[in-house]
Amino acid sequence: MIDQPVLERVLGEALRHGGTFAEVFAEDRSTSSALLDDGRVEQLSSGHDRGAGIRVVVGETTGFAHTADLSEAGLLAAARAAAAVARSAGGARTVTAPLTPAAGPVDRGTEATGAASKADVLELLKRADDTARSAGGAISQVQAGYGGSRRRILVANSDGVHHRDDQMRTRFSVSCVAVGDSGMQTGFETAARTVGFELFDEISVEDLANEAAVRALTKLAARPAPSGELPVVLAGGSGGILFHEACGHGLEADHIAKDASVYTGKVGQLVASPLVTLVDDGTVGTEWGTAGIDDEGRPSQRNVLIENGVLTDYMWDFLRARADGRASSGNGRRQSYQHLPMVRMTNTFLLPGADDPAEIVAQTPKGVYVAKLGGGQVNTTTGDFVFGTTEAYLIEDGKITEPLRDANLIGNGPEVLRRVDAVADDFAMTPGTCGKDGQSVPVGCGQATLRITGVTIGGTAA
Amino acid sequence: MAVDELAPPGGDGRALLEVADRVVGRATGGEGIEAYVVRGVDTEIRAYNGDVEALTSATSAGIGIRVVRDGRLGFAWAGSLDPEVIERTLAEARDNAEYATPDEHVRLAVPDGVAAATVDVWDAALPTVDTEAKVALALDTERRARGADKRIRQVDSVDYGDGMVEAALVSTTGIRATWRRTSGYVSASVIADDGAGSQTGGGYSVGRGFADIDPAVAVDDAVERAVRMLGATKGASGRLTAVFDRRVATTILGVISSALSGEAVIKGRSFFAGRLGESVADPMVTLVDDPTDVRAYAASAYDGEGLACRRNVLIDGGTLRQFLYDTESASRAGTTSTGSAVRGGFASTPGAGARALLLAPGSDGLDQSGVLAAVGEGLFIQSVTGVHSGVNPISGDFSVGVEGLMIRDGVLAEPVREITVASTLQRMLHSVVAIGADVEWLPGIAAGQTLAIADVQVSGT
Repeated sequence: MIDQPVLERVLGEALRHGGTFAEVFAEDRSTSSALLDDGRVEQLSSGHDRGAGIRVVVGETTGFAHTADLSEAGLLAAARAAAAVARSAGGARTVTAPLTPAAGPVDRGTEATGAASKADVLELLKRADDTARSAGGAISQVQAGYGGSRRRILVANSDGVHHRDDQMRTRFSVSCVAVGDSGMQTGFETAARTVGFELFDEISVEDLANEAAVRALTKLAARPAPSGELPVVLAGGSGGILFHEACGHGLEADHIAKDASVYTGKVGQLVASPLVTLVDDGTVGTEWGTAGIDDEGRPSQRNVLIENGVLTDYMWDFLRARADGRASSGNGRRQSYQHLPMVRMTNTFLLPGADDPAEIVAQTPKGVYVAKLGGGQVNTTTGDFVFGTTEAYLIEDGKITEPLRDANLIGNGPEVLRRVDAVADDFAMTPGTCGKDGQSVPVGCGQATLRITGVTIGGTAA
Repeated sequence: MAVDELAPPGGDGRALLEVADRVVGRATGGEGIEAYVVRGVDTEIRAYNGDVEALTSATSAGIGIRVVRDGRLGFAWAGSLDPEVIERTLAEARDNAEYATPDEHVRLAVPDGVAAATVDVWDAALPTVDTEAKVALALDTERRARGADKRIRQVDSVDYGDGMVEAALVSTTGIRATWRRTSGYVSASVIADDGAGSQTGGGYSVGRGFADIDPAVAVDDAVERAVRMLGATKGASGRLTAVFDRRVATTILGVISSALSGEAVIKGRSFFAGRLGESVADPMVTLVDDPTDVRAYAASAYDGEGLACRRNVLIDGGTLRQFLYDTESASRAGTTSTGSAVRGGFASTPGAGARALLLAPGSDGLDQSGVLAAVGEGLFIQSVTGVHSGVNPISGDFSVGVEGLMIRDGVLAEPVREITVASTLQRMLHSVVAIGADVEWLPGIAAGQTLAIADVQVSGT
């Protein structure tokens, strides 16, 4: 994308007036998407974006500028703009380490380009539409969407890091509306992996469509969700968003550094049930949060955050790690070259336990069984978090009974982590999109079937 | 576009019009082309602990091209105005059009004779404000926040941001429009601590220009919200009247508006479908979308297809009167566009939606304390979480996490947290019991007003 001598001159320019760190992050991203809605292929879209973000760190201050002009002149201009903040601070001139190119990125799949693949995409969309509509007469609307992207990134910095990655992502989703006497209900299902068109060798769009349709149909008979606190059983692969919200965000070192997390100062302490071992790992297979390197050029790695209930470590980006005199954990991510990196999760998951999922339900006299979760949100300072259900049932006398309408569940992170009293062995991951400070990045979440002894259910039934 | 071109977007948008004209001029017989060209300059400053934590300055530009041929639509975009890139983008949009299903309703907007209002949302002074002044404002805000109250133990973040955007939209069907806007804000996020626990609060001040931004407003709001939550405990379950803070009411109106989109209605994804002329809300509810109201954050003379924005009365005295249409959804519904095409930027295609919703204030002219007094007993909702995961504009199901204060004897009482409030959007509209006259135009697509809704379910202890 950019030649090494150019990178070296740009880094030199960035630090000409002082500073302790400079970085060039270049990105070339192409996307394609297709949408079938209301029985028609509404549109195919293609997009292309490329540019570079340059940051210069002086003292506690980061200067940042980005440009879509990847010529040397354009990069030098951006370097000067980013360095402007350094000029006023008047730092000493620093030496830039020579760049050490790392090995190239691994091959992550085949891009869906060209006429044949566009036709293939339409075929997939039509198959999904047909399947969903044939799931039941009450299905009144179907939307199927395909999205593929290829993101090539380059990171070079004044510490000598020079790394590239080639990130392929493909997702397919189906959403359905069902109409009944009680009004409309919705069902959604998605598959997403860090591969190209190979996604469709691994998953079946018919399965996705059927799951989305059955979810909407099932809820036509749903009764209002209860209110108050009840035991909750989360199905394996129901979303894993619980841990993403209950403690994932609170273990990001930027919140810790600002004393804005309930987990500040808790390393080495018991913060969860001994059944909880939580890992963030950007290297897992083709999961949605997997990448060769993070967006600061640090190779992805496996980080154990909570081990048998004891908090072992936080997640770190370059700046937070440097301030703490340690290495980054590979969690410095950004939405695009137009954004500064910050501490973000990759694939965050609870390691499976030994219990039998059916047995967990059977041993729950009364509660809520959550088959599928939607999104969530957390206040890291108070620890209060919500997560929404998109398919849930009552548990009565150890049996899954009536479907429930969608609701949010609310809890407090440290309290909920202590209330995990059973973890099964049916582990599964799901893809998601995580938003923080206005930036969205793809993440994975995973868990096996588990039970929490009490969570507040946000339903309308008294 | 090089950083050397950091100069603010210029006066009349002529340069962008020329770019769009060149693209549209490439149309061949029977082909419809629409080019949407956008250019912006942004500054962001984050202050922390008396210092600038990060300063970002950037210019960006891009183009979105729609091609319609034989009722088939193709779209492509690029984050560059480089002529070669634009050439490739046009070719890609044309190729994409080959694959869409032919549809008689797929068409570009045609000028409909409605004259565009004068909507001046450009602050001429903003481009002349230097970075030092912006840094000083951010640092001043951060300093004020730290010193505002002895219980504030941390100022999590203070962010200053401003932006100048200009756009041009040209089509083969006779659309030729330009517009530009400026905006700026400062926000503060603070943590209060009374020794027994921490609570958070956020506040902001927004405006068209630098002079409109008031650090004291942002700080006072953030500090008040954090401090009054100190000592909060998990609230009790029950059925009661909820009073939504202005900011929360804005969010709820935004969700309701997606059910008023003609596109959602025509595709059977709205609980309002088939209910025109029926009572859908309490008679005190009159809801208008008027993007020509210059006070609105997203005010605009033109919609996302280049038609004139106009005032649309959606709910009148509780009766559903009108949906919001763009060209395609209007054609599908057998009507005409209401000038309500919205688009997220050059990388997305237009859809039908609201820009500037306003509930007619209650005739009694109540401010927030007046609404609280009128309600007497209930729950004041300061902030909500999980709107994206718990509010469904298709089914109408509504369930959100809540922080707030109990209302006792018509005034705010003890703080409560870790509870949910649930109902359905349908029932909530019928259960409106007070609409404040304390209108504040907040970021987003709706004005903020204190809003009281009876008979919601609180879930807690």
